[in-house]
Amino acid sequence: MQPFTTLTAVAAPLAIANCDTDKVIPARLLRKLRAPPHGYAPYLFYDMRFDAQGGERPEFVLNQPAYRNAGIIVADVNFGCGSSREGAVYAMMDHGIRSVIAPSFGDIHYANEIQNGMLPVILPEDTCRKLREQLHAKPGAELSIDLEAQTVTDPAGESHRFQIDAIYKERLLKGLDEVGLVLEHLPEIEAFEKKHHSEHGWLA
Amino acid sequence: MTPRTLFDKIWQQHVIASREGESLLYVDRNFVHEGAFHAFFALAKEGRKVRRPRQTFATADHYVPTVGREHGLAGVIDPEIRGMIELLEHNARENGLLHLGIDDPRQGIVHVVGPELGITQPGLTITCGDSHTSTHGAFGALAFGIGASQLKQILATQCLWQKKPKTLRVVVDGTLVAGVGGKDIILAIIAKIGTAGATGHTIEFAGSAIRALSMEGRLTVCNMAIEAGARAGMIAPDDTTFRYIEGRELAPQGADWDRALQWWRTLPSDEGASFDREVHLGGSALEPTITWGTSPEEALPVSAQVPAPGEMAGADKREHAISALAYMGLTPGMALTDIVIDRAFIGTCTNGRIEDLRAAAAILKGRKAVVPAWVSPGSSQIKRQAEAEGLDRIFTEAGFEWRASGCSACAAMNGDIVPAGMRCASTSNRNFEGRQGKGARTHLMSPAMVAAAAVTGRITDVRTLL
Repeated sequence: MQPFTTLTAVAAPLAIANCDTDKVIPARLLRKLRAPPHGYAPYLFYDMRFDAQGGERPEFVLNQPAYRNAGIIVADVNFGCGSSREGAVYAMMDHGIRSVIAPSFGDIHYANEIQNGMLPVILPEDTCRKLREQLHAKPGAELSIDLEAQTVTDPAGESHRFQIDAIYKERLLKGLDEVGLVLEHLPEIEAFEKKHHSEHGWLA
Repeated sequence: MTPRTLFDKIWQQHVIASREGESLLYVDRNFVHEGAFHAFFALAKEGRKVRRPRQTFATADHYVPTVGREHGLAGVIDPEIRGMIELLEHNARENGLLHLGIDDPRQGIVHVVGPELGITQPGLTITCGDSHTSTHGAFGALAFGIGASQLKQILATQCLWQKKPKTLRVVVDGTLVAGVGGKDIILAIIAKIGTAGATGHTIEFAGSAIRALSMEGRLTVCNMAIEAGARAGMIAPDDTTFRYIEGRELAPQGADWDRALQWWRTLPSDEGASFDREVHLGGSALEPTITWGTSPEEALPVSAQVPAPGEMAGADKREHAISALAYMGLTPGMALTDIVIDRAFIGTCTNGRIEDLRAAAAILKGRKAVVPAWVSPGSSQIKRQAEAEGLDRIFTEAGFEWRASGCSACAAMNGDIVPAGMRCASTSNRNFEGRQGKGARTHLMSPAMVAAAAVTGRITDVRTLL
């Protein structure tokens, strides 16, 4: 997994409450293989980004010249609720987005971002609204995220501190492989299994 | 000893190691469907195999067509969809998993098949790369959805690092009136606490109205716990649970059954166990409940009117309602029963079980649907059972298409979609924009309410047709 340390990138405002993962990538596109060179990038926010003929909708934020290369999204409450599809994360990553800032996230999607080396940043609703206003006022403005310091610096130079569980922070900073982190405990797993399955033989 | 909740008991029994706020949790049962291909690719790329093949079960559901199934795989016309079904079969074979493929008589939707085969049992930890895995919690299991990366870890290790969720008890007391059931309970709960109301929590559903539900009703309630943002939904196991499990193909038998029963009876939350939060809902006053918007929390009793966004509390709720009404093509103040529908759909992991089909058939008997409508039973076994009971004839005589089992127009991945602009009365679980097809408008409701809407052509209080 690619570590996440700091990121300075153009940020795109996306003021949609409860933006579900069906919006991030519609179900009918999940049968696509994640193949190089573009992976899932073409499918990101597909039905909001493109019209019925496949033409770009100019009003959608990621189609506007200033935000085309966004590396950060500033979203609204409950981002990524709904379906567990990790394709939502693949589509953002493949499009170059490494962090979503929002007041809250759907639990499964939050975990999926961490698993892929994306940083979900939780900031208060007012702060997110202010950030989106700044990004609207100055299209193409950048935000700077420092995971070690747990800060987001806005275009006005103001720094906003965010909370993240220590364990997720370490995993992202070091880009740790989670299967490896589990298998460190293999002897304990085997001992647990032996006992658990001797007590509940039909589960083995 | 400190009184413990059902959740605490299962959690503590499955923790192998702990560190910095996370626990290494053992997974008893894992399910995979066609969408698991990313996880299997990653597993193969890392040169790993499924560590405990007997604890993972594969079923084709998301992509299987619901028509032309007599031709098996050959009947799948779209090469990409056929490829998904073949890929699951390949991965299951390579890894030695029990595979309920498109042709298997036990095939069905993963959250229907698990309980039906007795794989789902009280006290277990259960995972699947699908958010509606919360369904299995109806048996008093801890069951939750995961993404592809975590699925890969479980396949490789049978374990998962997890942060312990908080607990929320939702108590529904009272006696439901005829025509009101599990779907109405859960839609009312989601409307009350919101689509993020239980984020970070495991919900235990309790109270006399929950206890009185059949397993089918409980499965419907737990299925949609995720629509309130919950990590999992659970209901304490009792005799209703045990009667359902006994004798099923993969349930414990003989001496194992006795041992299992002894263990399962210790699982319900102890008297005085404390929850981080508690919410109460009166069951007796519940009406049939439907969604009017594009989030499951946008639900109201059928006697209500389409709300005016200006009268709603909270800027985000108002903004969401404005865009929802535009998408849904509805006007504030109109009666919900004045909403005219174009399609009716019965099935899914929420409401595709035998009791659901019986409830819909009871309304349809001797009546005719006035819109195109179809039924996709939750599993191939349920389909045969319904046919043995003559329900298929009631549906077809009422003008419904009687189809094969799969996720159909809930996931809308298999080609079953609601055309753009069309309004569908649906027993599914998500009314998101585009969920049933690009531009499709979804109203969530119970199977009996869908049947009532199908025969009148508009949203109808099913109690007027009982």
